[in-house]
Amino acid sequence: MSDEQPADAAQAPLVEVRDLKVHFPITRGIIFNHVVGHVLAVDGVDLLINRGETYGLVGESGCGKSTLGRALLQLIPPTAGSVQFDGVELTALTGEQLRSMRQRMQMIFQDPVSSLDPRQNVESILTEGLEAHGIGADRAKRRELISETLDSVGMPRWALSRYPHEFSGGQRQRIGIARALALGPELIVADEPVSALDVSIQAQVINLLDELQDSLGLTYLVIAHDLAVVRHIADTVGVMYLGALVEEAPSDLIYAEPLHPYTRSLMSAVPVPDPDVEDRRERILLSGDLPSPANPPPGCRFHTRCPWAQPERCADERPVLHEARPGHWVACHWVEEIAEGRIRPHEVDAELVRPQEGVAAAPVVRAPQVP
Amino acid sequence: MTMVVERQAGPLLEVSDLSVVFRRRGQREVRAVDGISFTVDSGEVVGLVGESGCGKSVTALAVTGLLPPRGVEVGGQARFGGTDLLALDPRTRRDLRGRELAMVFQDPISSLNPVVPIGVQVTEVLTRHREMSLRAAKVEAAGLLDRVGIPDPQRRLREYPHQLSGGMRQRALIAMAVACQPRLLIADEPTTALDVTIQAQILELLKELVRELNTALIMITHDLGVVAGMCDRINVLYAGKVVESAERRALFAAPHHPYTVGLLKSIPRLDAARGEPLHAIPGSVRDVLPWQEGCAFTPRCPRRVEQCLDGPPELTPAADGRAYRCVNPDLTTGPVRPAATAAS
Repeated sequence: MSDEQPADAAQAPLVEVRDLKVHFPITRGIIFNHVVGHVLAVDGVDLLINRGETYGLVGESGCGKSTLGRALLQLIPPTAGSVQFDGVELTALTGEQLRSMRQRMQMIFQDPVSSLDPRQNVESILTEGLEAHGIGADRAKRRELISETLDSVGMPRWALSRYPHEFSGGQRQRIGIARALALGPELIVADEPVSALDVSIQAQVINLLDELQDSLGLTYLVIAHDLAVVRHIADTVGVMYLGALVEEAPSDLIYAEPLHPYTRSLMSAVPVPDPDVEDRRERILLSGDLPSPANPPPGCRFHTRCPWAQPERCADERPVLHEARPGHWVACHWVEEIAEGRIRPHEVDAELVRPQEGVAAAPVVRAPQVP
Repeated sequence: MTMVVERQAGPLLEVSDLSVVFRRRGQREVRAVDGISFTVDSGEVVGLVGESGCGKSVTALAVTGLLPPRGVEVGGQARFGGTDLLALDPRTRRDLRGRELAMVFQDPISSLNPVVPIGVQVTEVLTRHREMSLRAAKVEAAGLLDRVGIPDPQRRLREYPHQLSGGMRQRALIAMAVACQPRLLIADEPTTALDVTIQAQILELLKELVRELNTALIMITHDLGVVAGMCDRINVLYAGKVVESAERRALFAAPHHPYTVGLLKSIPRLDAARGEPLHAIPGSVRDVLPWQEGCAFTPRCPRRVEQCLDGPPELTPAADGRAYRCVNPDLTTGPVRPAATAAS
């Protein structure tokens, strides 16, 4: 979409994703399966992640953010597009080559309960990766390595002989982080790293991720639905809607002035623990639900729910991610008009969205249009 | 069969000294709720806030009589318009539940019957409690779905829960809960399983219902952002006790209990700057002290003093209707706000 995305000239980005697509086939039939359609989970995403930076990917459930994270690590084979990691094209790698690359990119999962094997003790969980990649000469050496890793995530060394169920949620997530760190990766993809944790524990884990980045120079791709969490850890924020990026900008810019209508409504929906803020701020309530990614709306994918949707262009022309402000990329036809207030939001009728059928009809626009 | 709860002066629901103890043979007893008291008036929204295991859901289950009959000991009183809900026999309570008090749960998929169409589940409430004919109930059900913002209600009534999205299911549950225009609605984490934009829709809907039907609402949540926007009075729970209780504005303007302060400081906020470190509360909710030995929050408290271990602290009333349970309260902290508030 955007070939001239800004790249730090002095330093090549660690990860470069170009026009990545992941389409899952929908099959019918009992004996003879035939493909009746595709779920367009990720449909053309360009992404650059610079070294030592945190890229925050936000969006609601079903927008394809987790699929994108997994496709980046080649855990799900992409349908099309390229993923370059430190100059190496990952989609072209197979078998052993890909496996050895994985040492450099690790993942932290959302659910600290189901992502740890309940029948392995912590030592065995942490050494598994070391053994697989042949790090550490013998057991004693490996033990030393993982003990250091445990220290860095703030877990006591006696944890090694314990099992996951003996720990609280926050501690389990620390073990999950230690497992990712043990291999000395450069990139960590964290898929909803704190959303399963209690508020007071969330803060501990967020701070830990921040400290580790400072001390180890890690690069993060943090996938989250919580905009406030991303605000705290991300340098660059990308907002996804139905398989595509709708806005991307440095964290400060995007939170100070969200430009895309979807980002605006997303931000206005996040509750702030402050009655004064809550009472004063305007809310942009979106009607209806996310359309089905199996049958996304034509044109701009957000136009069926967009309070600023216009009769022309929105329904038939898919907007391209373009640089609306320096460093601030938006996929919307009417960015300038909306930012200047020349287009006012109007009411949108909620419409039926079914898992199979997708969108039924174009929205009924009630208010008069002022272009 | 039809028991009418008298309208009386005083609060609609008055929970006093509620305690719930789980006892299982061969296991240590668990005191999930330990003497909780609060009141709710008609048209008022009261929040019960706390982290997992603080007893907020068990409180709701005890009030509605939905706790399992065995292995549980419920103490105290829950006076609903003059009658003690806890002393009622199960049948009378069943008649009351659904008609006078209703509940919305966190997970809409597990609170709906997956093999029964939505329509049957909604009409059931109407035929059971409002004694409507099936035909009238169907018309009413469509009206209810429309009321909670479900498009094309006639078609939705014939569908099964799996055919609806998460937000729609939660709307259907709310429709069922308000079907009999209950005087008290208990919402237990009604938006936790939903996306933020859908959460905003559901919260708006609940506020509207409270305004229009003058329903009392007990909002149970872990999210202080949610209560800041909608609750009139907030009770902060920790380890089965109310540790701080105050009007919405008073609580956020000057939190007194160190746990409330800690919670507010540890929340990542949209209006804080990048890189501002969060103030985490050390330890986890598992590190509690039994209340008999002192304040349960002592092991994690930054303001602990020796007196904290002199038995359970009392709920101390203070100005503007606030009360806190702490021997060394934080009286100096103003509103917890990010250091550099970003331009909005």
